Amino acid sequence: MAVLQAASELVQTTIVFATALVFAMLGGLVSERSGVVNIALEGMMMAGAFTAAIVTHYLETGAGLGASAPWIGFVCAIVMGALFSLPHAAASITFRADQVVSGVALNLLAAGSTIYVCKILLDGSAQTPTLKNVFSKWAVPLLSDIPYLGQALFIAYPTSYIAFLLVALIWFVLYKTPAGLRLRAVGEHPKAADSVAINVHRVRYAAVMISGALAAMGGATITLTTTSNFSHNTISGQGFIALAALIFGKWKPVAGMFAALFFGIASALKSVFQVYGITNYIPVDFIYMFPYILTVLVLAGFVGRAVAPAAAGKPYRKGER
Amino acid sequence: MNGLVRRMLGESSLIPIVSIVIGLLLGAVIMLAGNYDPIAAYGSLLTRAFGDMYNLGETIRQITPYIFTGLAVAFAFRSGLFNIGAEGQFIMGAVAAAAVGVLLEMPWYLHIPLALVASALAGGLWGAVVGYLKAARGVHEVITTIMLNWIALHLANYIVRGALLEKGLARSRYIHESAWLSTSGLTELFDNARIHYGILIALALSALFYFVLWKTRQGFEFRAVGFNPDASEYAGINVKSTFVKAMFISGLFAGVGGACEVMGVFHYQTINSAFPGYGLMGIAVALIGRNSAVGVVLGAVLIGVLTYGASGMKFGAGVPEELINVVIALVIFFVAASGLVELLVRRFRNRNRTVH
Repeated sequence: MAVLQAASELVQTTIVFATALVFAMLGGLVSERSGVVNIALEGMMMAGAFTAAIVTHYLETGAGLGASAPWIGFVCAIVMGALFSLPHAAASITFRADQVVSGVALNLLAAGSTIYVCKILLDGSAQTPTLKNVFSKWAVPLLSDIPYLGQALFIAYPTSYIAFLLVALIWFVLYKTPAGLRLRAVGEHPKAADSVAINVHRVRYAAVMISGALAAMGGATITLTTTSNFSHNTISGQGFIALAALIFGKWKPVAGMFAALFFGIASALKSVFQVYGITNYIPVDFIYMFPYILTVLVLAGFVGRAVAPAAAGKPYRKGER
Repeated sequence: MNGLVRRMLGESSLIPIVSIVIGLLLGAVIMLAGNYDPIAAYGSLLTRAFGDMYNLGETIRQITPYIFTGLAVAFAFRSGLFNIGAEGQFIMGAVAAAAVGVLLEMPWYLHIPLALVASALAGGLWGAVVGYLKAARGVHEVITTIMLNWIALHLANYIVRGALLEKGLARSRYIHESAWLSTSGLTELFDNARIHYGILIALALSALFYFVLWKTRQGFEFRAVGFNPDASEYAGINVKSTFVKAMFISGLFAGVGGACEVMGVFHYQTINSAFPGYGLMGIAVALIGRNSAVGVVLGAVLIGVLTYGASGMKFGAGVPEELINVVIALVIFFVAASGLVELLVRRFRNRNRTVH
């Protein structure tokens, strides 16, 4: 029974870690399937994490709000994520900048501007105070009463339910609606899309902004469920793990979700291993490396084969051959 | 000299210069919005960077690694590759130098070259893996370099923890003094600043960068592949092996940079939970320097002065030093979106013409 208990706790921790990755992975997916490479997920997550933390902080101290504060913070983070992605969209779509360079710049912009604003607002403090109101776990009635399984799957933060519902939603939109067809057409063959009167630039702008909003939800999830505050190392590479999950999932929403869960297990195992002293045998550094090594192997075709959307990374210029 | 001035003010450097000016101006606007005095802030930035011998030495210390990573990124760019992995190659070079410095004992005239060669190989091979995966497996180098950066970070931590650890501290033991790149004479001259002879190695490698690319047959092949891999293939250049070689040399530059930080500045290797950011700034340096040797050195000076001087803004004008990252990010945006800058320059010129 102790084994079942441990397994159930492991699943629960995995879901907590994977939720932010799922959000950001979906963000990367929407952008890259439209043909805009997005290595700025990390920065977009930072923007979301910071916005959620600072807004929630002001609402609970200034406005005296309670349990509703993190929800408003979460919504503000979504809006901020969409806005924050605009420089990347403008540079890489309108001005045909190198999308990777633009992504690098956005990451640096996020790292600089979040701490800069934080210090201005909070008298020079480089991190936000610990929040009193964060999300608490929800139990799904009846289902959560199932022994072990209920505790593992049906007692979770609201953001986890939102993330997994979004996977289904984005899968549906991508493959079953005209909007999704347009998005994929623009990412695979923009000229053909243009010839049937799809506005390539408009689709790509929308995709990048949605991408920013989704990644920001991932960042907000971290501050509002795990860390309860924002500092320079709150995100610490999770945007890049989400990018790895996107590639490992071959730019598909459901496969990407499983990849995110898989990498979530890696993170959860790290904590479990430390508790049980297994890190004496498997060094913790290797558990950290695991997602990245796996991604390189997948890309190299040693474990399956990952092929990016055909037009990813290429700016589109109307009328060019 | 005239040629140099003309080249510095020519069309090719117009975009970086305009971008830098716009970036600094926007930084000033952001400061004004936060109720700060931008003139005082930029003034104290320059005072911090150049004010006395100590700070001058520290500024040069800050510039040094940016030259190395700038060269790494620029060399790859010249060969048509985008090396985001200078960060990882830098770390691998650093840990190789730390291992040689800690574990081996020998006279300095053997120790220093050996540590540098080890770091060059470590960085070079870490880069060559990327070139190989691109050449043999068709994997885009941007993704592999991002992934390899994180693998390098944790692998280096593992090596430090496993073989080099100073008990009770999150860093390696000190390297033997025979592998130091700093001398007491130099340190005293600069008032105890951590300046070291790595700057000379950086400048020598800049010259090597120019020589290899522009004066050798192999360099011609690198640039040809950078311009047009298909045409190069048709002309008989082995494009695949060129990718591997180019990434090896690119990684080598970054690796030696990592070694110089260990051998010159810290004399040990820390266990890092995050990237020091030299590879990231190397991208900015290469872009600002338009991938030329002289440009990289100038770009590194700019980024070094800005990042080191930034701490002065806090004391001089109360401005949080993170502002400088915002400024650098904006400069990168404008250099990358050269279409926007060209548009602005053209507008400006046209207006001037109608006024006269």
